Amino acid sequence: MSTRATPRSPRLDIDALLADRHTDIVVCCGSGGVGKTTTAAALGLRAAEQGRKVVVLTIDPARRLAQSMGLTQLDNTPRPVHDIDTTAGGSLDAMMLDMKRTFDEVVVAHSTPEKAEQILANPFYQAVSSSFAGTQEYMAMEKLGQLHQEVRTNGGNGGPRWDLIVVDTPPSRSALDFLDAPKRLGSFLDGRFIRLISAPAKAGGRASLKVFNVGVGLVSSTVSRVLGGEMLRDVQTFVGALDTMFGGFRQRADQTYALLAQRSTAFLVVAAPEPDALREASFFIARLESERMPLTGLILNRVQQVQANGLNAARARAAAEDRADDGDHLTAGLLALHADLAGAADRHRRLARRFSVGHPSTPVADVPALAEDVHDVDGLRQVAEALAKG
Amino acid sequence: MAARTSSGVRLHIVTGKGGTGKTTVAAAMAMALASGGGRVLLVEVEGRQGISQTFDVPPLATGEVRIAGAAGGGEVWGLSVDAKAALIEYLQIFYKLGRAGGVLERFGAVDFATTIAPGVRDVLLIGKVYEANRRRAAGHHSRHDSTAAYDAIVLDAPPTGRVVRFLSVNEEVADLAKVGPIRSQADSITEMLTSAQTAVHVVTLLEEMPVQETVDAVVELRAARLPVGAVVINQVREPLLRTRELASAAKGTIKRGPVRTGLEAAGLRVTDALVEGLLAEAHDHALRVAQESEQLGRLHHLDLPLFQLPANPEGVDASTVREFADLLTERGWPSSGPAAR
Repeated sequence: MSTRATPRSPRLDIDALLADRHTDIVVCCGSGGVGKTTTAAALGLRAAEQGRKVVVLTIDPARRLAQSMGLTQLDNTPRPVHDIDTTAGGSLDAMMLDMKRTFDEVVVAHSTPEKAEQILANPFYQAVSSSFAGTQEYMAMEKLGQLHQEVRTNGGNGGPRWDLIVVDTPPSRSALDFLDAPKRLGSFLDGRFIRLISAPAKAGGRASLKVFNVGVGLVSSTVSRVLGGEMLRDVQTFVGALDTMFGGFRQRADQTYALLAQRSTAFLVVAAPEPDALREASFFIARLESERMPLTGLILNRVQQVQANGLNAARARAAAEDRADDGDHLTAGLLALHADLAGAADRHRRLARRFSVGHPSTPVADVPALAEDVHDVDGLRQVAEALAKG
Repeated sequence: MAARTSSGVRLHIVTGKGGTGKTTVAAAMAMALASGGGRVLLVEVEGRQGISQTFDVPPLATGEVRIAGAAGGGEVWGLSVDAKAALIEYLQIFYKLGRAGGVLERFGAVDFATTIAPGVRDVLLIGKVYEANRRRAAGHHSRHDSTAAYDAIVLDAPPTGRVVRFLSVNEEVADLAKVGPIRSQADSITEMLTSAQTAVHVVTLLEEMPVQETVDAVVELRAARLPVGAVVINQVREPLLRTRELASAAKGTIKRGPVRTGLEAAGLRVTDALVEGLLAEAHDHALRVAQESEQLGRLHHLDLPLFQLPANPEGVDASTVREFADLLTERGWPSSGPAAR
């Protein structure tokens, strides 16, 4: 019944992707409100029911989604999702990133107990770990790296706990900022500024910085004037305490970045057939291509379908008006409804084609708009089936 | 309750889940507010150029530009706040830094303050709104002169998940900056945000997840003492069938005969597939309508003014902003202009 909205694009074969045992990470990215988290959950479910051992890492704290997987809540620990078909030998776990806890765990794991205590109690650390806009992206990378360690190494009885990680990225324009996390952290740590505020005397005394000596004084005094001396001291203590673990941080961030660039990772860009969402999708695709990340395809959610094929919007509209004039409310209503749906379907197809023309080699799967919101595992399964038909 | 949408409010903050049309609604509010002949500033803080795309004008640079005219000589101005530019400007104004601004930039201090130092970025972004709100019209520099540069300001704020943190600038910097200029700036901002001249409006769709986020956001906003304004429900579809027909459509009991006759009378070539297809569409529509009315009920429980805006099957473009503005005005959205002053 459904015709593809993007007949010229290669078809994105979701089942082949999930069945390929070489695929061990699937990353869903896209702007907010396009169904990214639901897509990630549906992909996880489908893979699990086809025999993969899956963990879904979500960033979005949508309670509804947790409920749809039969979980009362999602937290930083992977919880098994029941009510799934395990006959193929698969399993499904889900977790939600708690950035503060993840950061705390990193601190505890990579420093001495006294140092860890000192860091955890530092006000600047507390603010960075719970509210800094980039922490979420960075901790998503950290968590992904940790989970992947288990995929690769946990080969005890019965093999690894998971063989596929599905992750959805933070719902913001900066969703791909997590690709920048290693670089950003690097420039922060290597930056003259952090050296300067963490040890002003040392930095000022260095020969290589001599040229900047005038600047150094100016910067130090400005910083303490603007931020206040107390904040500066907190930052200094924080940086001093973290100094020893910084190396490890960067190394792991670099490793995760390299991991994402491998062919065993699949990036899926999720969009809805609206100009804004497609513009963001193009932005993500360009970004992934420039980073040489393995872009697998676009998932186009909520594409309007018509069920009464063969009657176009204009004809239906005219017929609806004709019936309304005759007082035939029922037929008029049915036709007006169809006219709206067919109009939306036409518009979605136009937008999808425009995307297709701009990105001729990007595979696309389109998912029809569903009548009802997803409530439960059955709902997710329906989304997954639609995805696979793409 | 209605007081929150009355003309006592000067700063309208608009949030909503991603994909709900927050930017379009913010633009329409600005246009509606300007329709009394007032001068309204529409501000975005996420650097997405949503305003210029919505109004179909060239991308906004760091300055304030006039982007649209409204009825009665009203004007909408646009501003895309950039944290770095705001910081440098802030340093110039408050510290007369001159060349130090450039030095700070070279040392990575500007990057540090705007991307790494928690809270500072938000203080800067809202600080810009705070400054615009206090500014006097050109030629009225006196402290006692009451002619404000803008009659109202509409802020296209971050989405519901992040908005309370974004607006709680004081809390964010409280632990860090106990004294000093950042702290006093944060204090003044908080005073403005929690006063009766501010209202935070939430945009939603009649779907479960956006409504859930709306309900959560209202609870969080109230807990943070931020004044909640109205809930704007976007993309509301009028039921195209009458109540009794919807019930039959949901149960699948609509009689084929009369539909067939009706379609034939309209001159259509009637096939079983056409009839079944139309009834299947009606069935899905009925489910959707039932779900929407359930969600509407949840929103009524919030005890806030609700404004409904229609779905547009043709999609949203620059003309939608004006249509929405007219609808908001018709439904009681205030305008602020010379008349309201």
